[in-house]
Amino acid sequence: MKSLAELAAIKEKMQNKVVLREGSSDTRVVVGMATCGIAAGARPVLNAFVEEVGAAGLAGSVMVTQTGCIGICQYEPVVEVYEAGKEKITYVKMTPEKAKEVVEKHLKGGKVIDEYTISKV
Amino acid sequence: MIRSQVLICGGTGCTSSGSVTLIEEFEKRIAENGLSEEVKIVKTGCFGLCALGPVVIVYPDGTFYSRVQKDDVAEIVSEHLLKGRTVDRLVYSDVDESVKEEALHVSLNDTTFYKSQKRVALRNCGVINPESIDEYIAMDGYAALGKALTEMTPEEVIQTIKDSGLRGRGGGGFPTGLKWSFTAAQPKGQKYVVCNADEGDPGAFMDRSVLEGDPHCLVEAMAICGYATGASEGYVYVRAEYPIAVARLQKAIDDAREYGLLGKDIFGSGFDFDLFIRLGAGAFVCGEETALMTSIEGNRGEPRPRPPYPAVKGLFGKPTTENNVETFANVPQIILKGAEFFNTMGTEKSKGTKVFALGGKITNTGLVEVPMGTTLREIVEVIGGGVPNGKKFKAAQTGGPSGGCIPASMLDIEIDYDNLVAQGAMMGSGGLIVMDETDCMVDIAKFFLEFTVDESCGKCTPCRIGTKRLYEILEKITNGNGTLEDLDEMEKLCHYIKENSLCGLGQTAPNPVLSTYQRFKDEYIAHVVDKRCPAGVCKNLLTITIIEDKCKGCTACSRVCPVGAISGSVKNPHVIDPAKCIKCGACIEKCKFNAIVKK
Repeated sequence: MKSLAELAAIKEKMQNKVVLREGSSDTRVVVGMATCGIAAGARPVLNAFVEEVGAAGLAGSVMVTQTGCIGICQYEPVVEVYEAGKEKITYVKMTPEKAKEVVEKHLKGGKVIDEYTISKV
Repeated sequence: MIRSQVLICGGTGCTSSGSVTLIEEFEKRIAENGLSEEVKIVKTGCFGLCALGPVVIVYPDGTFYSRVQKDDVAEIVSEHLLKGRTVDRLVYSDVDESVKEEALHVSLNDTTFYKSQKRVALRNCGVINPESIDEYIAMDGYAALGKALTEMTPEEVIQTIKDSGLRGRGGGGFPTGLKWSFTAAQPKGQKYVVCNADEGDPGAFMDRSVLEGDPHCLVEAMAICGYATGASEGYVYVRAEYPIAVARLQKAIDDAREYGLLGKDIFGSGFDFDLFIRLGAGAFVCGEETALMTSIEGNRGEPRPRPPYPAVKGLFGKPTTENNVETFANVPQIILKGAEFFNTMGTEKSKGTKVFALGGKITNTGLVEVPMGTTLREIVEVIGGGVPNGKKFKAAQTGGPSGGCIPASMLDIEIDYDNLVAQGAMMGSGGLIVMDETDCMVDIAKFFLEFTVDESCGKCTPCRIGTKRLYEILEKITNGNGTLEDLDEMEKLCHYIKENSLCGLGQTAPNPVLSTYQRFKDEYIAHVVDKRCPAGVCKNLLTITIIEDKCKGCTACSRVCPVGAISGSVKNPHVIDPAKCIKCGACIEKCKFNAIVKK
């Protein structure tokens, strides 16, 4: 190790791997992963969220996690976004492509994509 | 892409309760469910809640599973990892009700065990994989060493440690910055840094936990100390009884060498430092700094008189700085975050946090780290979960064989170095053994003294012979043969040993006796005058009798008695022959009618 830059490079590379363990994010993205959700394709959606959140450099502030059946099985895959001090947003009939968009516009840009939410379906 | 991580404790406690097979089972089940690409298993160091091991934490939600058995793994994988439903029956649920209602999920930090804790020395324990230098670096590891070497002079490093108010965590509480400055003040030349990892107090295991859970932290701190004091070599003296700790520390040293974080010209600063492990064979006296260095040198571990102090003439006759593991574990954080970070926690004269090993009659056996000045009540009743089985708290023993007892009346004492000493106890390395009403204080004193008699190295007479004589007096008392003169003699001998012993072992050995005698004099008197053990522990002072009215004559007791001391015919009250009875208590446990009592 000859310089601080070398150390910083290792830290940078590893950051995403340990940041999951902080467990206290301001924003939580919860993907419904009960039998109905999985059957409707929730897993690719979940993985897309994990990937896109990481790629957007939001892993430190956004937690992507899963939950069981919310009870609106006909709308699966369902994704809920909880933000501190804001109302919960429920996205329905999600796909990996829509997930990417949500990360881009909502989580990064702060703008809810109305047409994907439950109130517009 | 990893979306979830399963942290499984690989500390000594959880390893012995089966965490190794858990890891294998998790790997198998995760592969079966096709989750290998999404879920990662991380073997970590100790989480602290050893009583509930094996412990498993699932991130990102931080769900805390306790006492996980091999058969539970399939359910956790298919329910939680695949479908996102926590397995509630395994979730550690000692959580504030208010939190439970509000939270979207219950995580580790919400439990009463963790909530009041403040983790500095243990910050990475149970969080990172101790065998991965990269994970340590990701948690700001080696950034403090980088900062010290590239931005600070050795004097500035020492000043920061001084300003932080850090004091030695191994027992004495000597100011660490001051200690470093003594070695730094010696003329240039070969100097050493030594880490005392010879954790010998019965029941204390915080140093083991740091070595097992965050070994790089020690490597980094010792290198910082080397830079500050002008030393180019360090030795870690660790007990051979800690095989997991030794293996992980050796891997940490090897990895640090490979990354050039040990060796020549670290961070291009021109500073060279290397580190070596020396194994101790488990002699308690080798935790004494001069005996420890004598042992590293290859000689029989015996203390030598001070002065000269190690800072002047230490290891191999060269100036040496010696600190305990927990002391070092605080150093990188102080350098990185500044003295303020540390000295704003704690009390006026004891800064920062302290790790305690909770043991004895307490619900949450394990390791806790709290700010100095936390009350004993909070540690025992809140974090520790109180005394189990509805028993009453009697006293807490701190400081191991060198320490003393704090009685129930002092539960609200704010724990720091000086308050404990004022109460006739001491911080020691932080062992905290809780005793309830069924513990006899004379017996406790005898237990600790038996330990020091065994561990006295024999070099000086007051310790070698004095502790033995003291033990004999205690034996006489617990056998029911003690007199009031014996008590006076005992007290006198205690003071004599304290004043005349060569090293800390002898100087503190009588403390458990003095402290229990001072706090629980009535128990000593009861043993001597009434020939009675109030707690019902000392066998020679007990009689076990059958209450005639309650005995139904079922013969269960006479059948279980190993020495045939109980006689009587079916459906008639039985009797115990006191001459034959060995007071094993087997009959009491067997009796369904509570007809047998010990007094």
